[in-house]
Amino acid sequence: MDLDALLRCVGTTSCVVTQLTSGMIIGMLLFLIASGVTLIFGVLNVINFAHGSLYMIGAYAAWTFYQLTGSYFVSALGAAVAVGVLGVLFERVLMSKVYGSNVLMQLLVCYAVVLISDDLIKIIWGPVPLSMGMPPEFRLPPIRFMGGVIPPFYLFMILAAMAIGLLLWLVIVRTRFGSIVRAAAINGPMVSALGIRVNLYYAAVFGIGSALAGAAGALAAPVRSLTPGMGFSILIESFIVTVIGGMGSIVGAFVASIIIGLTRSFGSIGFPLFVDGVMFLIMALVLIFKPSGLFGRPHR
Amino acid sequence: MTSTESRRASRRQVLKGAGALAAAGLVGAPAISRAQTGAIKIGVPTILSGRVAILGQTSVGGLKVVFDKFNAAGGINGRKIEMVVRDSKGAPQEAAKVTRDLINNDKCEIILDAEASSAAFAVQEVIREIGVLCIHSNSETSSLTADPKLHVPTAFRTARQGIHDAIGGGDYAAKISKAKGLKKWATCSPDYAYGRSNTAEFMEYAKHFDGNIQVVEESWPKLFQPDYTEVVTKLLNAKADAMYSALWGGDLVAFIDQANLYGLFDKQASFMVNLGDYGVVDQVKQFPQGVYSGGRYNRTVPATKENEEWYQNYVKTQKHKPTNWSWENAVAAEFVVEALKKTNGDTNGKKMAEAIKGMTLKSQFGTKGSVTMRAEDNTLVDYIIGYGVSLSKEPYVADFQASSWEPIFELEKQWKKKQGYIS
Repeated sequence: MDLDALLRCVGTTSCVVTQLTSGMIIGMLLFLIASGVTLIFGVLNVINFAHGSLYMIGAYAAWTFYQLTGSYFVSALGAAVAVGVLGVLFERVLMSKVYGSNVLMQLLVCYAVVLISDDLIKIIWGPVPLSMGMPPEFRLPPIRFMGGVIPPFYLFMILAAMAIGLLLWLVIVRTRFGSIVRAAAINGPMVSALGIRVNLYYAAVFGIGSALAGAAGALAAPVRSLTPGMGFSILIESFIVTVIGGMGSIVGAFVASIIIGLTRSFGSIGFPLFVDGVMFLIMALVLIFKPSGLFGRPHR
Repeated sequence: MTSTESRRASRRQVLKGAGALAAAGLVGAPAISRAQTGAIKIGVPTILSGRVAILGQTSVGGLKVVFDKFNAAGGINGRKIEMVVRDSKGAPQEAAKVTRDLINNDKCEIILDAEASSAAFAVQEVIREIGVLCIHSNSETSSLTADPKLHVPTAFRTARQGIHDAIGGGDYAAKISKAKGLKKWATCSPDYAYGRSNTAEFMEYAKHFDGNIQVVEESWPKLFQPDYTEVVTKLLNAKADAMYSALWGGDLVAFIDQANLYGLFDKQASFMVNLGDYGVVDQVKQFPQGVYSGGRYNRTVPATKENEEWYQNYVKTQKHKPTNWSWENAVAAEFVVEALKKTNGDTNGKKMAEAIKGMTLKSQFGTKGSVTMRAEDNTLVDYIIGYGVSLSKEPYVADFQASSWEPIFELEKQWKKKQGYIS
């Protein structure tokens, strides 16, 4: 514990700015992944334990598209779309078979997908870590703001993640598609009885959730080394976010992601050896005092 | 199930286990004697998956270069060497299991432990029980061979040792810090045995040679941590004059990529013991220039014909560039081959250990053209240690300054006394 250092940091504008943006960077990447997990759970009532693998595939896909096109924006978009399509296939071929099954069966299917995708990544891209490198358009000196340091790419990451989150929220809340999805989440058979092909909407939701993971992978690719199995650690954190925010709540995922991001950035100064412990402690407190999560509704 | 049934089942399990053990004993003995006439099987537990899979890949490459040559020359008494490589993922319990399997099921007669320190200590304990020859070729944590409590007579180390790098590196860092007035230091190393001990030792000797140095910030990211953002910003906020890091492999690649975004290397002098290795320089897209880099493997260090030939042969046969782990494993393989010649192909752990103890090998990786397996603690000495300055293109490390071994031996002895390893 070094609470003196934390207090010194909080009392310095430059440190606060740097750590705040650092927390936002960590949080927004987590948000993209957690929002996919929570969207899929909220509508389909399944926990996609293979979501980390979709993030990994997104990063590798972005790397490949970048080698082919040389354009980071095309690569990021391509990766999100590719993983979205893959997600639809995953849902139709495998996950749709275990709807209504117990969690263990869903876990088994997802775990199989995790193992298979890790091995496929090894076969296709090799076991050695890959690095995309910073795209030339972002190879700029860091921005100075009130004495703090903000890398331009990270600013782009934060804004891109927020824009995607906002778009997702608008689609779910303000469109006909969103209305049907929300209705299907509450009573699928009734929506089906109205002549709407609910299965297509389920597949679409799974695809959107997967595309979010793919987009997160693509955003992470320039700054994280790509390795088989890279999705596992981020999956654990995204589950913490989902539990704190409330299963099924996108707003909850957003708030919880920021809480976790800031815990990590300021925790690394004040309690560097207990950052994970604090994250789990927050989760435990939420589970004790509000088991449905900060913004979640009681489980149906 | 009732408690009586539970006890009955338990007794059955014990009897079955005893039966299986007896059967394994009966079957196992002739299997080993059979093995003396077939290929000499050498087990290699290592990391072949995850972010540091390059460790396993280039370790196996280093071993293959030597064993392929040995086999091409006919082996010994008609017996050739066959490597059995297994992935432990760097997990201690998995490494211990894999090592047992290699010896008991695959009938390996020798273990070349190409594990990182996270798992090498677990392998050491398996070797203590079973007694085959083992050479740790990658673990640099000093205590593995320096601590007499951990000593295993049939276990050796060809990996460079943390304390050696620390003394040589500390001396080099102190000279720079005195010249440039680098008083406030920060550290950033992986949070496990190697990272902790390596960093503590480096800073201890940097302070030993320059009393003005003080550590103002320490960061301990987890091994294989994907995101270093909070670590980088913490280092920025520390406003240190210099930083030391023992990050390595894919972790180091990710750290550099993320630190570059904040311009960290422009704000302070950086000393990175594992930077100038091909596995890292080939992966980092914006390789930082002017960082003080420890000597790992480089085709120009030493700048000799033998080293260049070894490099070319390695690339040609293994289809990738060698790393620090490649030469450490190549040296381990050379010791095994020489010991086999001395024992006339007998792989008995004790006989092989007697042959290797104190052995000096001609090697281009040695400061004087040779390396020695020091008898007193079964560890390699006289290999090339030093630091240079990073370049963003070939040869990636310039102005390499090799450390002298005499002061290293002297200070290592004092360090061992301080640790209570010798009296």
